Amino acid sequence: MDKIPILRMGAFLLVTIQVDLYDRLALNLEADLVKMVNKTNAKGVLIDISAVSIVDSFMGRIIGNIASMSKILDAETVVVGMQPAVAITLIELGLPLKGVHTALDMEKGMNMLKSMIDSNEEDTDEDQTDYDLIAE
Amino acid sequence: MILSLSKDTIQVLKEQDVVFLKNRVKETAVKIKMGLVNQTRLLTACSELVRNMMRYADGGVCIIEVVSSGRNNGVRLTFSDRGPGIPDIAAAMRDGFSTGKSLGLGLPGTKRLVNEFDIKSKMGEGTVVTIVKWANG
Repeated sequence: MDKIPILRMGAFLLVTIQVDLYDRLALNLEADLVKMVNKTNAKGVLIDISAVSIVDSFMGRIIGNIASMSKILDAETVVVGMQPAVAITLIELGLPLKGVHTALDMEKGMNMLKSMIDSNEEDTDEDQTDYDLIAE
Repeated sequence: MILSLSKDTIQVLKEQDVVFLKNRVKETAVKIKMGLVNQTRLLTACSELVRNMMRYADGGVCIIEVVSSGRNNGVRLTFSDRGPGIPDIAAAMRDGFSTGKSLGLGLPGTKRLVNEFDIKSKMGEGTVVTIVKWANG
């Protein structure tokens, strides 16, 4: 049984999809990834799809699911490296991948995740300060 | 007038057959020098239709043909199954309609990706979907 490896790097999880996904593999990835987010307390998930040549409505839905599931577990998802032909096909198919953050390459994706998480933390800090003030 | 130049019949019953089918479709598209974007459209359409066949009819048969019309070459795929059939084709062709738990983009999305799309279905007998993608179209 094929399995897509999920690597941990600091507060992030990295997934590089090197094969064309078939349905079972995509469903397993969804389950594994959500489990890993929970287990490792990850703040961000980076999915590299640069080697994926087809994304159909099912795969698109799985990518969307991973993003929304991670979101309610307090982790941001960024999809990087989409091939131009895949982007064309997704839009023509009618699947704009709403709610999924994308970046052109791994480096930009990583920076995007970092800035998203930094701003999230700042928000929390501010909340705490407000709370402290009220408490005082 | 569309001429069929070669014909290849593939049984699709298991998930492994799906991977095999997609590879054969890709080979055929490459052979007639179809561009990368059109290849991706054709393969995505194939992926949608074969999934429908697996989900609603427990598999079926796909015929891969190289077709030509005048100077244009293309790939024709015919998916036939002996499933329950589609009760309301007009509804099934609408964006967002699904009897399964999916997005309902499969059939209408596929139609947007290919040049020719034809669907015939008879209740209790099965469904036949035929698509054509031209190498430059």
